[in-house]
Amino acid sequence: MGEFKVHRVRFFDYMPSAIRSMAFNSQTERLAVARADGAVEIFNFADNYFQEKQIIAGRDGRSIEALCWVGCRLFSAGLDGEITEYDLENLRPRYSIEAYGGPIWTISSNSQGMQLAQAGCEDGTVKMFEVLEDRIQFQTNLSRQKRIISLSWHPSGAQIAAGMMDMIKIFDSETQATHRLLVDRGVGTSKSQEVVVWSVAFLSDHTIISGDSAGKVQIWDGLTGTLIRTHLVTKWDVLVLAVSQDESSVIAGTSEGTIVQFQFLSSAVGQQDKLWVQTRTLKNHSHDVRALVHTDTAVVSGMDTQLVVRPLLDKVEKYSQESALRKIAFPHLLQKNLVSCAKKAGLLLFQFPDHLELWRLGESDRNTPGESLPVKRKPEKLIQLKTKLQGEDHICCSALSPCGSWLAYATVAAVRLYRLQLSSNNVSIQKLPRELKSVHQLCFSSDSCRLFASSSFSSVVVVALDQTDCKYLHTLKHKSSKQPIHILSPSEDGQWLATANTDCEIHVFNLRKMKLHCSVPAYSSCPTAVSIHPTSGNLVSVHADQQIFEFSLKQKEYSEWSRQLQRQGLHPLWLQRDTPVTQITFNPNNPAHIMLHDVFMFCIIDQSLPLPEAKSKFYNQRILRSLPEPQRLRESHAFKACKNFQHLLSVNLLEDLSLVVVERPLVDIVSQLPAPVRQKLFAT
Amino acid sequence: MAALCEGYTLCVFVPAANRRSSEIKGIEEERDSDHVIVTDSSRSVTLYKVSDQKPLGSWTVKQGQLLTCAAVFNKQTNEYVAVSDNKVIRIWKEDDIILDKAFKATVSADVWSVHCAHRAEPAVLFQRGAVRLLDSLLSAPQQPIEDVLVQDEAIRWSTSIVTETQQLVIFTTELKGDHFLYLQRLKPNSVQKYRLEPEEPGLSPLSFWASYRDKNICLLYLYPNGHVYQSLVSVRAPVADDGAQVVPLPRDQLLSLPVGEELLEAASAIFLDDAHVAVVGVPHPSAGPGKDFLCIWNTNFQTLQAAKEMAGKLYGQLWSFSSKLFIPHGKALSVIPFSCPRSSLASALGKLKQVKTEESKTSTVVSSWNTILHGEEAAAPKPVESRKTRTTRKTQSSLSLTIDQVQDLIKTAPVEEVEKEVQGLLSRQDPKDPQPSLGQLAMALVSRSLADPKFYSSRALTQLVPTRYLSHSVCPDLLPLALEKRDYFLCQLCLLFFHDIPEAVTCACLKAFISLSDADAEKLSLEPDSVSFMEMLLSNERGQTGLQNGFSPAFCQEDRTDAVDDPKAKAKEKKKASPQQTCPVGKHKAALINEILQTAYSEALLLPHLKDFSSDQVVLFLRYLEFLYLRYSTDGSSQTHGYRSPSLNQVMDWVCMLLDAHFTVLVMSPVAKGLLLNLQPFVKSQVRLFSELGKIEGSLQELSKMKMKKDVGQYSIEVIELY
Repeated sequence: MGEFKVHRVRFFDYMPSAIRSMAFNSQTERLAVARADGAVEIFNFADNYFQEKQIIAGRDGRSIEALCWVGCRLFSAGLDGEITEYDLENLRPRYSIEAYGGPIWTISSNSQGMQLAQAGCEDGTVKMFEVLEDRIQFQTNLSRQKRIISLSWHPSGAQIAAGMMDMIKIFDSETQATHRLLVDRGVGTSKSQEVVVWSVAFLSDHTIISGDSAGKVQIWDGLTGTLIRTHLVTKWDVLVLAVSQDESSVIAGTSEGTIVQFQFLSSAVGQQDKLWVQTRTLKNHSHDVRALVHTDTAVVSGMDTQLVVRPLLDKVEKYSQESALRKIAFPHLLQKNLVSCAKKAGLLLFQFPDHLELWRLGESDRNTPGESLPVKRKPEKLIQLKTKLQGEDHICCSALSPCGSWLAYATVAAVRLYRLQLSSNNVSIQKLPRELKSVHQLCFSSDSCRLFASSSFSSVVVVALDQTDCKYLHTLKHKSSKQPIHILSPSEDGQWLATANTDCEIHVFNLRKMKLHCSVPAYSSCPTAVSIHPTSGNLVSVHADQQIFEFSLKQKEYSEWSRQLQRQGLHPLWLQRDTPVTQITFNPNNPAHIMLHDVFMFCIIDQSLPLPEAKSKFYNQRILRSLPEPQRLRESHAFKACKNFQHLLSVNLLEDLSLVVVERPLVDIVSQLPAPVRQKLFAT
Repeated sequence: MAALCEGYTLCVFVPAANRRSSEIKGIEEERDSDHVIVTDSSRSVTLYKVSDQKPLGSWTVKQGQLLTCAAVFNKQTNEYVAVSDNKVIRIWKEDDIILDKAFKATVSADVWSVHCAHRAEPAVLFQRGAVRLLDSLLSAPQQPIEDVLVQDEAIRWSTSIVTETQQLVIFTTELKGDHFLYLQRLKPNSVQKYRLEPEEPGLSPLSFWASYRDKNICLLYLYPNGHVYQSLVSVRAPVADDGAQVVPLPRDQLLSLPVGEELLEAASAIFLDDAHVAVVGVPHPSAGPGKDFLCIWNTNFQTLQAAKEMAGKLYGQLWSFSSKLFIPHGKALSVIPFSCPRSSLASALGKLKQVKTEESKTSTVVSSWNTILHGEEAAAPKPVESRKTRTTRKTQSSLSLTIDQVQDLIKTAPVEEVEKEVQGLLSRQDPKDPQPSLGQLAMALVSRSLADPKFYSSRALTQLVPTRYLSHSVCPDLLPLALEKRDYFLCQLCLLFFHDIPEAVTCACLKAFISLSDADAEKLSLEPDSVSFMEMLLSNERGQTGLQNGFSPAFCQEDRTDAVDDPKAKAKEKKKASPQQTCPVGKHKAALINEILQTAYSEALLLPHLKDFSSDQVVLFLRYLEFLYLRYSTDGSSQTHGYRSPSLNQVMDWVCMLLDAHFTVLVMSPVAKGLLLNLQPFVKSQVRLFSELGKIEGSLQELSKMKMKKDVGQYSIEVIELY
């Protein structure tokens, strides 16, 4: 099959940001995740937990404390005291409103979706906003309190429970009457410290559940204001609570990284009286659990930057996709943008929130077979480019041209293009046409004379580049969807451009005629990677549910290989992988080879070989190595998966047919996180 | 805890009138540890079989002759060696009946002693300090013997030690009040002289003892002021020509024994093992001026571990061979077997002494290392109350009495006055200032109570015990007295604050507590924490939450039905088997029993005492333990409260011990049958848990064995091949 020289790159110090808050929309099954750097990500739980949108509106010093869905609209609030609504089609903030209450710790909407409540910290008011068609309108202030940390609406919308210092208050949203529930402080030394009610949950039977900094989860009767039961779950803080839809289960996240589940159960079989019982303790995190969502599964995340989907099935009969734990270490869409590779020049561009780094790969003079080759020339950093023009907005996407002489990046507000002359070490900024303004994907054509940028309303702006200047050529549009384009893929010969949007559509444009060539029949799952074959002109797409399709652009129909794949079905082990394929490349030397990768493996599909049977061994490379040549041919199948490299951000094939593999080991990320709360493992 | 067993008399001798030393010149081990040869100070050598307490043979020199050193036994040749009239060496075998007919040789200088260490050649030490091996001496008996010691220097004590490579003769000398230690190496010969650090002027060591340990000779010596010192001497041969110098010998004070007013006259101290020293002829710390005690002290923790009063005069002589002490006293030579289990802090403080880390409830503060080792009271938690009264007392302190005055008062005054004065004394006392004399105060109270049945001051004692200056070894009669007076609150306090209660007393307390009727118990006022723990335990008796250790009552029943096939029996058993959830004893009684569960003990010593219990008592106790176990295993939170409470492990240990002690009785007793059947599933669930853990262990080990990925660094170029 073949040998590859692999540049194994681990010097990309990408650090995902800690997750601060999450909100789940059960109607659309979308999870919104806010990170400490101000980025908002949207995951589609219906579509294999694929991240379909990424809004990078962050800047230094702006962090989101709370997220809230109102219908399909997403609001956030942060310590800068503003409430922001997001434009989910154009992936940018729609507007921000100053709440005039100091830093905001929490927002919450009532179940009717009409009112948005918000608590201020410094002045300690609960502020009510009315949600209008196009904006939100300040309505009323509930009486002044101490700093309000957490809020929960009663499902009827008539009452709000607010957690604050040393107490929980219940407001009547109409009459503004209040009850107070006093929360005990911790014992011992922490007796003198105020207890912070980090989280409250108001259930429809007027039970209030609170989690506080003394490590208690307390269950209150909201009607009489009596404490029903106290569960001491940790020595540290209970940071967050989440209630299941049917209110039969509550999970609490603590700062030691554990999640404790409570269930509303009858004490004996057949009895009516139910009580809240502590049932399970899960630990998937090393750091604080800052955000929790309770669906059928628990979704957990926090300081250690990973999103963990933990099924809470009562009985696991056998291993299945549903019962499997999922960890999302890298946001899928961001992962595509983090690394760009100049195939011809052998350069790598790394994207950080506030700067870009351009690296030249190292060299080895020998080509002897063996595990590892001596490095003759070490990789060197050529350029470090700081963004200083657009305030402190974070970079949302970047691209490097294949020849290595152009570099483009975009923030939420602006786009920049640079011309690089590496021989003379010269970087010059290029003026860009006005049409390039709001951009969320950037891409160069393979001959480096075109720059494609996905822009607002699902359009693609095409810009022509030459030695001296760049000029606007055309805006490619289609009529079907307004959802943002997340994939741009030009063909090698410069004739085609494939785009994919989050409505699962794939459109192919003819770049010679500058018009839509065809649309690939829509599939129910979102495409995660799309690429056009350089010689056959077939479009290969991989989707969030791990399906692979090959579409012939000439015949405008699925290819024979794709049909056969659909008839036979993919191998179960392929379908069970839980990270999406984020990149497809082709081997110019062998047209039958398709190279794909996800976070944990890369794979070469040889279309000339038979597809693997469901019963055959899928990861068979080790077995094949031990077999003699003739038998090897008989045993091998089309999927050649290589798991030597883990936590892959990018796999690229250079012009000299060597592979560039960019890894970001999770241990390196963990080692850079702040230290978790110290725990005594044994009685030491 | 080290312990002294009941002794027996090996032989009786007639002491000569007004002789200060005993009739025994020396005792040496014979062929094995059960045989000793005793040389008496007149003319005879006797071989004894110790376990039979009878002589096997005796040899006497002629009238007019005198044995001048202790006879020794040469194991290599099975010969006895002795010296008569300082110059005549006599060698004989067991078969020789008449000593005069055996081999004798006259040497040219006076012999001090003959030593024959284990598996070594006998060596002869001359009075002037020269040393010869017996064989070489006998080859030319009249060879000239040099003088090693200077004029007026005299040997005071000597012994011989064999190391892995060398044989050594050690002796100490005295010259004008200075003491020296000579270390004579044999083959090759070399001598090293050390000077002992002088003690107070005029004091010379009463006894020496040497043992070989970790390549060092460990010299133990006792001064008349009660100080016991240890010096370590390396056995390594010194650099050549070094021998001429006198090297000062550093010393460590091991113990400072209480001696009372007058200095010791006849006393000695010997090592039993690294940590235990047996002392004879020193007064008991709390028994007044009498010096007729044999004591075992732990040098690590400075605690008195065992003591025995010996009848008759003690001569300050003590020998120890293979866990038996030989002590001449009065007219007899007694053999006292002893045991010195290896002591650890745990056993000094007590096995499984619960050390709660929570600071919330400070009712059990385990003394710090400092306290144990140096007797310093580091931040002693004092009852707040006493401090308050201290200020008020100060105003009327013109009447205040010193400890000695109070002690005198105790001997005569009525209860009320004594109580008032003791309280006053305690309130005046500076909490930083350690007050060992409080022990004497307590002792005085106890002895008055013992002597005068009408006198008993519970209040004074309950105030004294929590000061933490008392311990059971300081005043051993306190707890038995409290038991006798049925003062269970005091018992509880003693159990709480004393870490060195002997197992026999613990058992006596337990017995008293168990046989106490619940009605009587409810009238008692006990330590509030222990009672509220029981109240808590009883109050949520019904509301069980959470399971621990994978134990569930349903599981047990399932197991049971498997085991019993007969359906009739099954139904019956099922009824019986439902684990009992009501507490079989009242809460006060339970609180007292809990205190017992938390005391320190050593299983081997406790078991024999446990066997004294009647089967009813055992069944009741087991029921209670079962109740505790059930509460703990069904309600995980029981133990997390700040209360001082027995741990699950302690409960399990006691269950095991009880079953061990009374297994046959329990099996036979119909009352206990149901109980045993209930206990069986606990064991089963534990066994199941451990077997599951055992199964996991293999997999876990495999996990850790899995090869660690090699570090590839930041950048590398590799070649991979796909097939």
